[in-house]
Amino acid sequence: MANKRITALKTNRSVYLYFKENLGIIVAFIVLFGFLSVNPITTKAFLTSQNMFNVLRQISTNMYLACAMTMVIILGGIDLSVGSIIALSGCVAAACVARHGMPIPAALITGVLVGMLFGMINGFIIAKTTIPAFIVTLATMDIARGFAYVYTGGSPVRVVSKAWQFIGAGYIGIFPVPVLIMIVVVIVTGLLMNNTRLGRHIYAVGGNVQAATFSGISVTSVKFWVYTYSGLMAGIAGVVLSSRMYSGQPTAGNGAEMDAIAAVVVGGTSMAGGAGKIGGTIIGALIIGFLNNGLNLMNVNSFWQYVVKGVVILLAVFLDFIRTTKK
Amino acid sequence: MKNVHKRFPGVYALNNVDFELHEGEVHALLGENGAGKSTLIKILGGIYKADEGDIYINGKKTEINNVFNAQENGIAIIHQELVLVPHMTVAENIYLGREPVKGKFVDKEKMNTETAELLKAYNMNFTPETLIADLTIAQQQMVEIVKAVSSNAKILVMDEPTSSISDKEVNFLFGIIKTLTAKKAGIIYISHKMSELWEICDRVTVLRDGHLVGTKIVNDISKDELISMMVGRRLEQYYTRDFHSDGEVILRTEHLCDDGMVKDVSFELHKGEILGFAGLIGAGRSETMQCIFGLRKKYTGAVNLHGEDVHFTSATGAVKKGLALVPEDRKMEGLYHTQSVKYNATIEVLKQFIKGIFFNKKTETGIADKYVSMMNTKTPTLDQPVGHLSGGNQQKVMIGRWLATNPSVLILDEPTRGVDVGAKAEIYSIMNYLAKQGLSIIMISSELPEIINMSDRVYVMANGTIRGCLSHTDVTQEAVMKLAAE
Repeated sequence: MANKRITALKTNRSVYLYFKENLGIIVAFIVLFGFLSVNPITTKAFLTSQNMFNVLRQISTNMYLACAMTMVIILGGIDLSVGSIIALSGCVAAACVARHGMPIPAALITGVLVGMLFGMINGFIIAKTTIPAFIVTLATMDIARGFAYVYTGGSPVRVVSKAWQFIGAGYIGIFPVPVLIMIVVVIVTGLLMNNTRLGRHIYAVGGNVQAATFSGISVTSVKFWVYTYSGLMAGIAGVVLSSRMYSGQPTAGNGAEMDAIAAVVVGGTSMAGGAGKIGGTIIGALIIGFLNNGLNLMNVNSFWQYVVKGVVILLAVFLDFIRTTKK
Repeated sequence: MKNVHKRFPGVYALNNVDFELHEGEVHALLGENGAGKSTLIKILGGIYKADEGDIYINGKKTEINNVFNAQENGIAIIHQELVLVPHMTVAENIYLGREPVKGKFVDKEKMNTETAELLKAYNMNFTPETLIADLTIAQQQMVEIVKAVSSNAKILVMDEPTSSISDKEVNFLFGIIKTLTAKKAGIIYISHKMSELWEICDRVTVLRDGHLVGTKIVNDISKDELISMMVGRRLEQYYTRDFHSDGEVILRTEHLCDDGMVKDVSFELHKGEILGFAGLIGAGRSETMQCIFGLRKKYTGAVNLHGEDVHFTSATGAVKKGLALVPEDRKMEGLYHTQSVKYNATIEVLKQFIKGIFFNKKTETGIADKYVSMMNTKTPTLDQPVGHLSGGNQQKVMIGRWLATNPSVLILDEPTRGVDVGAKAEIYSIMNYLAKQGLSIIMISSELPEIINMSDRVYVMANGTIRGCLSHTDVTQEAVMKLAAE
């Protein structure tokens, strides 16, 4: 009897649940979007396909980082090193072409692999010791940034080649390449989190690490792969950015880790670990991206933009706080 | 407390409940999980406010609006979960929030001498400067009690004080309770261990579904009568036991040693039996099982499973070979609290419905549904966060999780701790059913009645070693205690 009742309630309601769980930020996004569409100052420039693609291209690198950061935070950790990894992998990729005359695809892959290697180092230390992820990635953040400066001598590594710009500023059809990469990253991350055993294990380790050990989940390998994935995403973001800027910049990605964390938190993932969704992060990154775009179109002073962004982040987590305490 | 009502959205937690506590008495508060015990206590302690009803202390109507009010009125609550600060000393914990001061600074000397006197008065053999983290759970419990007593509480509430301490320490606790009642303090005693009632309590009040069932004098009532008051019906059989083992050896350990916790442990588990492990807390029972299960990997000695020597270095390997372990502390070691019942029930068998990125929701729901129903778990839906269920239902989810792996050896570490009477009987009956199906069960338990009534054979451990093995016909409370006492 109880059996039947439970089964009956178990129909597939994931779409409905998605909207229900993320209702607050979805409404916020729609309000923001609607406001920018009808506001006389922005309306003309805002609702053009060029502007839309521009915004999407601007948020793409943050989205790569935010997707991985969602996994890291659900795991109960944090990755502060991604901003610096962006600089290092971008510089390495650019230098491979400019200094060593490597073919462009090989250079890009090298850059991405450098990012992944840093992720593996983070993952290895965090998985094998009890040193907090905050400390480990704080250290590798400095190390990666330092290497980027040492390697480039502090000045940008220019690449004078049209083909170099394809991955960061090129198009396939009408779609900017970074946006297409973003779509792939979102789908892959979503599948990883929702459809694979690794995804389930990430929630388990983040929710109760001791229980995960008792469950026979390999906590070390879960941690290792999640940080590796984070490094990989930072590597991709690094080469995409250096392609867009025609050069590897040792200052690139400064503070990018904080933008990624902001997207994750606005998306409703708890910093305590064990709970959260990629779907929320996607909207979180969109809100931050469109907010920046809107403020630019309204000619808001860029110093004030920081203040506005901060207030929006606080507001988002505050709404979430009210919602959860009401329960 | 008179005519107390408390409603929560969707639940009538307390409906017209009266409760009376005399000076110098120990008054047991009994009821299944969800009966309203904790709600009543929380109203007394100022954590909740009653919707209707009054509280009278010494005949005077008293308003208790917050925890501070309660303390002012001499009410102290010792919660089931310990709320001590692990990296502070015993003295600092006892005087937390009301530190004696000399000028602007904390008077450490005074704090330590006064604590030392208190510890001496209650025969405790650790110093005021000991860190809480270095004490055993039982000792921490004692610190909690001393802390409550030191504030000169006249009304003391103990919520399951014996759930995580061994029999020897229980006697010690009872000694303290007697000292307190001699000093005219009134004690409200909540426990799932019914046998304690006749040892320590004067009267008992039973709640069921938020209603007052009655208040009785303990010596006028039998255990069966009490149980039927609690569940509202007679439990036909509390212990179900009609399985027969054929004696084939499934699991054998030889000279297992680990880090001073496990010393030369050798035992055999037969197919289709329930093998009890009795002993005091810290006797090395859980540690022995953790060696076998791969959670302690540096042990020496041999483990032989199905005639094959094995040495697991993680639980992963043990699970693959058909071992299952339901841990002692389901909160810390078992459950993913914010996740759904479904997630918790299926975490061990993800391979059955997730292949790469292909995820079969129907199979997942089917598996969860099967084991949730088999265990007769009460949950509104499979999507309910497991943390919202009662202790008994959480334990059923834990057992169901491991049954889903279709194990050949099931290790249950304290299977009925913090579980109410009705759910206990159900867990016993399921254990019996599983043993009849040929599953070999190891049951670690500090509750002697369940060891005596459910086990085929009982190994008694003390101080890391096996002190003896008793067969079902020989096992008595005295025989076990004699072996368990060092």
